[in-house]
Amino acid sequence: MRRWLLPLGPALVLLGLFMVGPILWSVYIAFTNETLTGSASVDSQFIGTANFVRMFGDENFLNSFLLTFVFVIGSAVIGQNTLGLIIALLQRGRSRTTRGVVNGVVIGAWVMPEVVAALCWFSFLSEDGTLNTVLGLEQEWLYTAPMLAVVLANVWRGTAFSMLVYSAALSEVPRDLTEAAAVDGAGARQRLVHVTLPLIRRSILANLMLITLQTLASFGLIYTLTGGGPGNASQTTPLYMYEQAFKYFEIGYGSAIALVLLVIGALFSLVYLRLIRVEE
Amino acid sequence: MGRWAPPIALGVIVAAFLGPFAWVLLASVQPGANLAAEPTWEFSLTNFEAVLTWETTVLPLINSVIISGGTAALTVIVSALAAYPLSRYRLRYKRHFMLTLLFSTGLPVVAILVPVYSMFFRLNLYGSVPAMIVFLSASSLPFAIWLMKNFMDGVPISLEEAAWVDGAGWVQSLTRVVAPLMAPGIAVVGIFVFVGQWGNFFAPLILLDAPEKQPAAMTIFTFFTQYGQVAYGELAAFSIIYTTPAVILYVAVNRYLAGSFNLGGAVKG
Repeated sequence: MRRWLLPLGPALVLLGLFMVGPILWSVYIAFTNETLTGSASVDSQFIGTANFVRMFGDENFLNSFLLTFVFVIGSAVIGQNTLGLIIALLQRGRSRTTRGVVNGVVIGAWVMPEVVAALCWFSFLSEDGTLNTVLGLEQEWLYTAPMLAVVLANVWRGTAFSMLVYSAALSEVPRDLTEAAAVDGAGARQRLVHVTLPLIRRSILANLMLITLQTLASFGLIYTLTGGGPGNASQTTPLYMYEQAFKYFEIGYGSAIALVLLVIGALFSLVYLRLIRVEE
Repeated sequence: MGRWAPPIALGVIVAAFLGPFAWVLLASVQPGANLAAEPTWEFSLTNFEAVLTWETTVLPLINSVIISGGTAALTVIVSALAAYPLSRYRLRYKRHFMLTLLFSTGLPVVAILVPVYSMFFRLNLYGSVPAMIVFLSASSLPFAIWLMKNFMDGVPISLEEAAWVDGAGWVQSLTRVVAPLMAPGIAVVGIFVFVGQWGNFFAPLILLDAPEKQPAAMTIFTFFTQYGQVAYGELAAFSIIYTTPAVILYVAVNRYLAGSFNLGGAVKG
């Protein structure tokens, strides 16, 4: 018997049964009319690509897809990425205490469970909440601007990750390079654009892939904060998948949507693998 | 840009980040607090007393400990076993395997849960806490094996050679020599998985049925939808009790995880 089989065996069995298995299973049921109620729950039938045809003509799905796009671009690519980079840049050369306070607050938002993060934002944005009190407004943010609310909440919650990535990347930028540029007369902005950013571009790209993957699959924060509403105004694809599969028990259709999310995730994950260097 | 611009900007950022925390922290010590952010000068711990009952807090927290702890324990054991040949033996498909693991850390677990639910339903595993723990462990394995192998690579192989001379097999070598030397690494993997599952909301929402099996993440959500408007102070107190272990454990492993944020350098595989 091969000597690696025994120690690797349990991991291979678990990964095979609970990761590879379900993915293959979802490929199968995505082509069936499986439901949990009615006759199709007893014997589901192969219906070909009907679920996918339905999906691309389904206004609610297309709406969810567009909202997911807005959510990923707004909260991850623009929000977390830029804010994380700005905080990491501002922290350079600050005192230990200043960095400790900033890290504590930003990482605190990231470490807390997502249900609690949603709770913080629910009260923050409520009619008599902190935001309206501070700004002197009477907005029902979660009704009038639900997408803005979930985007901001996700920026607040996820910026720590980008900040940590960029702090690590900036600490590796050799000081003499930026100093040499300063001697040559480059201003702060020019040093950033022409020296620092090109040096950390690998980190920027890898970070963009990772936060896109995390944000694409985000469920709990939006579900707790707005429930996808009002109507379907903030119903991103994971929430729509949940509604189809577990509220209307359309497991076949839900799996087809899950499969689309998996394929998009797999594509971004492949790009991520190409970006980082893996050494033996 | 003036000399004072960066500190001022950081001050604004800190204030903006504190905003959403503010009322939850204050409301937890204000008796009779509701959703409206109207602080008073009355402070007490009555909200904490009110929620510290068996059904509201204690049982859900025990469930969270069972689910997160069970997942962490199983993941640590399975990933330590798997890391041993990956770290010590020359295997033909090792690089492919490690790359596949890294690839699968990017897949959305949320999407995998739909077919898992369908499988569990057919196999009569729906509502089973042990079955959910096994699934959560499988989904934590790719990253855990990766981390564990890196920690194991740090243990010099020469230390094992003495044990091999004494006739020890891989089991003794792993449990008596390698594991004790990489105890901090094992703790980091365990805590990392534990904290990740502590906040998990989607898996119990989908895979568990009975309220008495639900972890704190779900009971907070239920409490919130039922009494969130009126008993916000109590909800805030419950949230703080629930968040504290995650924060403490994060602080404990923070130092060891710092290296994993370095995405620009080479990833050791």
